[in-house]
Amino acid sequence: MAQPIISVRNLHKWYSGVHALRGVTLDFAPNEAVGLVGDNGAGKSTLINILSGAQTASEGEISVEGQPVNIANPRDAMDLGIETIYQYNSMVPTMSIARNLFIGREPMKFSLLGLGVMDRKKMADESVKAIADVDLHLRSPDALVGELSGGQRQGVAIARAMHFKSKVMILDEPTNHLAVKETGKVIGFVRSLKELNITGIFISHNIHHVFDCCDRIVAMARGEIVLDKRTDDTSMDEILDVL
Amino acid sequence: MKRMLKIYLEKPELAALSLLAALVILFQIRSGGVFLSADNLRGILGILPEIGLMVIGVTVLMICGEFDLSVGSVFALMPMTMAVLLVDGTPFFPAFLAGLAACAAIGFINGYITIKYGIPSFITTLGMLFIARSLTIVISGGFPPLLPAELPNWLFTVFVGPGNLFRMSFLWFVVIAVLASLLMSRTNFGNWVHATGGFLPAAKAMGIPTARVKIACFMLCSMLAGFAGMIQVLRLGSPLPSIGEGWELQAVAAAVIGGTALSGGIGTVAGGVIGAILIRVIDNGLILSQVDANWFKFAIGFLTIFAVVANAWLGKRAKAIKVET
Repeated sequence: MAQPIISVRNLHKWYSGVHALRGVTLDFAPNEAVGLVGDNGAGKSTLINILSGAQTASEGEISVEGQPVNIANPRDAMDLGIETIYQYNSMVPTMSIARNLFIGREPMKFSLLGLGVMDRKKMADESVKAIADVDLHLRSPDALVGELSGGQRQGVAIARAMHFKSKVMILDEPTNHLAVKETGKVIGFVRSLKELNITGIFISHNIHHVFDCCDRIVAMARGEIVLDKRTDDTSMDEILDVL
Repeated sequence: MKRMLKIYLEKPELAALSLLAALVILFQIRSGGVFLSADNLRGILGILPEIGLMVIGVTVLMICGEFDLSVGSVFALMPMTMAVLLVDGTPFFPAFLAGLAACAAIGFINGYITIKYGIPSFITTLGMLFIARSLTIVISGGFPPLLPAELPNWLFTVFVGPGNLFRMSFLWFVVIAVLASLLMSRTNFGNWVHATGGFLPAAKAMGIPTARVKIACFMLCSMLAGFAGMIQVLRLGSPLPSIGEGWELQAVAAAVIGGTALSGGIGTVAGGVIGAILIRVIDNGLILSQVDANWFKFAIGFLTIFAVVANAWLGKRAKAIKVET
């Protein structure tokens, strides 16, 4: 296997009294679509939260493209090219699409010490383009995200991740609360990541969805990895067995 | 056309603006044309900045998803701090800066405690309401100190403008309102404030330093309240320890009337300013219309509820307009 894009070694996480991750070691290859499955409390969200910077590990190492890294907050993860799309999506409903796309990474006309005036024209233009790029058709970048359907919101979140040229895209239960048609769209998107040369990590407890779009399936239970196989080499029964 | 209508109906300050226009016309008629006379406008514009500056800070903080009940007390504490220093022989500007620094410190404490211990800002700032008021009285020693004769009133309270229509404080108010409005709409910081108040988990997930953003808003809110208090004291010529009592709720009312949501994320500085103007207009207009002045609070209370209901209704109407976005 080529050099892994993300490599996790012996990752542990304790919450007061709960050992949520018990020494997870895992590699993600470039350009691979990995499905991460497991029951509630299996540790998959904890693992993802650590990779996306929402939490920090109690112990263990993470490398990105061979370099040991310290992911202390979401910004660190984004700077490393790791974008996360969350279940209760990471959009602010009371803000426009254009503003949502650039939260925390606003293009600036000028700035001092990180604060300054936003380039609103650039934000509008680029968000129109970013949305069109993910095949989403919205007329105005000024529409409030709160007025969009769940699927459209996930689309905007995906557009954001694409716009910032992520190398790894983590999709945390992106199909929850979505209509059937919109779910199909998200799954199609995960499949298309390969052509875009992006590693996808797809978290779901719907095993059908995972089989639909992933090259490899990693199953977790009780804070450990209990199965790690190519999709072609395993079956739904085998996975249900180990969970 | 439909699209324009939809956009306007969704503006949270719309209800307040229509109310303001209606009330101005009503008072103008009821007062027999006195309401919009230069003399009366001078009276309204002369004291508008005091509540107005406070409302700007309260509005920004509410958009950020927090709440400050201590502004009325800070309104009194800032000028008292300054007055005590002035009496001690400190020149004006160091005393002024010390007063603002005290406000900044209070804002910081409000924000830090709220975030660090995860308690509602309602509680933190309720406590600070009592603390700051008490400090004001303690440092005054029970008697309002006598302000020195030489104060830069030319910078804050003298009448200027065409026909001496407004005081210098009004210019401060306009400049600060415009700057705050631009801060919220044009800068990345404004974007972070909206995101932090609009949906905190999303703001955090996108790497916004939400704790710092909130603390900055608390500090801004306290400093504007203190600055407003100083303007009132310079206008009155005496730092009374009781000024600003009850203003914290008027300021919240003004922000809410102007379309700011208590839940955060929604609102504009312009809306808050309109709310503040409404409060001053009602206060003045009731008197000119020879209505018992005790109806003032009734009117504010009624308007607060009415504005929120009207906004909700307008929002619903806007949603019902079928225009694709």
